[in-house]
Amino acid sequence: MTTAVHPYIDALLTGTRELPGTPYAWLNERRGAALERANALSVPTTRDEEWRFTDLAPLTRLQLRGAAGAATVGAEAIRPYVMPEAGARLVFVDGIFAPALSITGADSDNARVAPLAEALKSHAGALEPHLARLAGFEKNVFVALNTAHLRDAAVVIVRENTACGKPVHVLHLSTQPGTASYPRCIVVLESGAACTVVEEYQAISPDAYFTNSVTEVAVAPNARLHHVKLQAENGRAFHIATCAVSIARDASYTTQAISLGARLSRYDLNVALNGEGAFSQIDGLALISERQLADTHTLIDHAFPNGRSVQLHKTIVGGAAHAVFNGKIFVRPGAQLTDSSQQSRNLLLSDKATVDTKPQLEIFADDVKCAHGATVGQLDADQLFYLRSRGLPEQAARNLLTYAFGASVIERIPVKSMVQRLERVVMAQTGAEA
Amino acid sequence: MKNEQGRAILEVRGLTANVAGVPILKGMDLTVREGEIHAIMGPNGSGKSTFAKVLAGHPAYEITGGTVRFEGKDLLGIEPEERARAGIFLGFQYPVEIPGVSNSAFLRLAYNTVQGARGKEELDPLEFDDFIREKMKLLDMDPAFLERSVNEGFSGGEKKRNEILQLATLEPKLSILDETDSGLDIDALRVVANGVNSLLRPDNAFVLVTHYQRLLNYIVPDYVHVMEGGRLIKTGGKELALELESRGYDWVVEEDRANTSGRAAAAATTAA
Repeated sequence: MTTAVHPYIDALLTGTRELPGTPYAWLNERRGAALERANALSVPTTRDEEWRFTDLAPLTRLQLRGAAGAATVGAEAIRPYVMPEAGARLVFVDGIFAPALSITGADSDNARVAPLAEALKSHAGALEPHLARLAGFEKNVFVALNTAHLRDAAVVIVRENTACGKPVHVLHLSTQPGTASYPRCIVVLESGAACTVVEEYQAISPDAYFTNSVTEVAVAPNARLHHVKLQAENGRAFHIATCAVSIARDASYTTQAISLGARLSRYDLNVALNGEGAFSQIDGLALISERQLADTHTLIDHAFPNGRSVQLHKTIVGGAAHAVFNGKIFVRPGAQLTDSSQQSRNLLLSDKATVDTKPQLEIFADDVKCAHGATVGQLDADQLFYLRSRGLPEQAARNLLTYAFGASVIERIPVKSMVQRLERVVMAQTGAEA
Repeated sequence: MKNEQGRAILEVRGLTANVAGVPILKGMDLTVREGEIHAIMGPNGSGKSTFAKVLAGHPAYEITGGTVRFEGKDLLGIEPEERARAGIFLGFQYPVEIPGVSNSAFLRLAYNTVQGARGKEELDPLEFDDFIREKMKLLDMDPAFLERSVNEGFSGGEKKRNEILQLATLEPKLSILDETDSGLDIDALRVVANGVNSLLRPDNAFVLVTHYQRLLNYIVPDYVHVMEGGRLIKTGGKELALELESRGYDWVVEEDRANTSGRAAAAATTAA
């Protein structure tokens, strides 16, 4: 038995060495390799370029343990989050699958929506190329930790040339204080498939805990995935998540990632355009206040010609909160005729609010179009005058525009009940009335 | 209709205004009475749009002199939202897009704010929906526009119709329409003009700011004013618009210059 070089990591790895093996040698191997990397890696500090603005010291001061078995949570606990539109729902409580709260049956001809253990029985072949492989754990200690703990996961597989007409809802609920949980979600769209997946994080505990999640997404040629991620952890929580996406030829990946909760949140979204004509649309919104920190790092990797990526990242920062955005666009040699655009738009609502935004373009092909822009600032003066000229008091107009700034991202979510739910949240937080 | 004995809604006297330190309005005088339609025409850069925005209270303009009275009360000291509630409406030359706010929510918010300020009854979403759909028929607008974000992705003509819809909703005393005809095809122009004509009452008034005579074929003004160099240099009836259309603005400017220098010469003589 080895010991991690970092005592904090060592504590988090308690229990992983005793995890029962699975019947799948490849999975056991990956888990073992991840454990090894977790042992070797350290908790990043602000001296690491990738973590310059995000100090993890408060996380390392937190005494954490694994979830003490599945908590008993009744149906009423998830009622506020239930999406009537969803065809299937997988609920995880403190990272552990909760069958009584889940609905896996629907759309069985087109899609397989199941917890990992079940999905492996019938679809190990579909999962093997992607699971614990898309999200690299060589250099990322949190992915390594998650992978070392890999036991449960939400699995969505959509068969060739079919569409799961209704969205799939993956809901993670934190209930036990002081726990570290390791949610994982894997989405595999076979060629020509289409699906909408909503990944949501909520809490019913008011105390601190740590969510360390990994999502892996493989979109085969001509397939289309719409992925919504809603992070609404409680205000004391730590949320560190990585999502790794591979988009094949002529396939598309569209996402809205909404960050509302957590004392400290970090989202690493790595999107690889791995085939000609691949497309990605990446929208982000962080709405934070008080002393929250929301850090989003995205990497869009154009590896093939004719790829197109559109990115819009917005933040609304109040109180003494701090938003961080690092948007890397990588265009590899040979990825000619790449067309990418990136916009970072930030609203500061108070003098103490801060934002650090950094576009990072690395372009190694000569016939490409890469546009980027960043604004940090105030509300649009023309919009403000327009509303006032229709009778709205200045403060009400400001609140409405702040709301609209966020709502314009939210309304791109293709699930109406979720749009309405989020609009209410943003409305309450911005004081807007409409 | 000309209403020389009627009550004045708007009285502008010697109004001067700067933008970024540069004088744009240099002594505007205008009286608008109940039931009247005024057209302000003039070459580009004459200050027409500035005048419209100053009346609505746009914060980019600094008033440096003169007075504006609206229904007998000082207008310049009050905020844009108070002007709107008092009954001033500016139809924008470039209506602003507001992604994220639905047109229906925006219209209802504006309506209820203005109604509340006038001591009238506010409408809940269902009542308002019935109310606004009636107004939309008037402008031949698809109710689908209610669900879309304010002006977002609207064509030029749709944006202008949406302005007139707001006008119809808020029922102002004085409507100032800034280049409402620009970007409209002939069908849209007719619809917008019909809307305006049906909204004219004996107790309200319109000021149309326009570069071209075209709009005035459909909305017949009682007065046509020519603006140049930040003030009105000529006033006539509707036939003046036709004359401007065929002869351009230069002759009016020349005439004004002659008058001005004549007056200056006379003044010099008197002084001597």
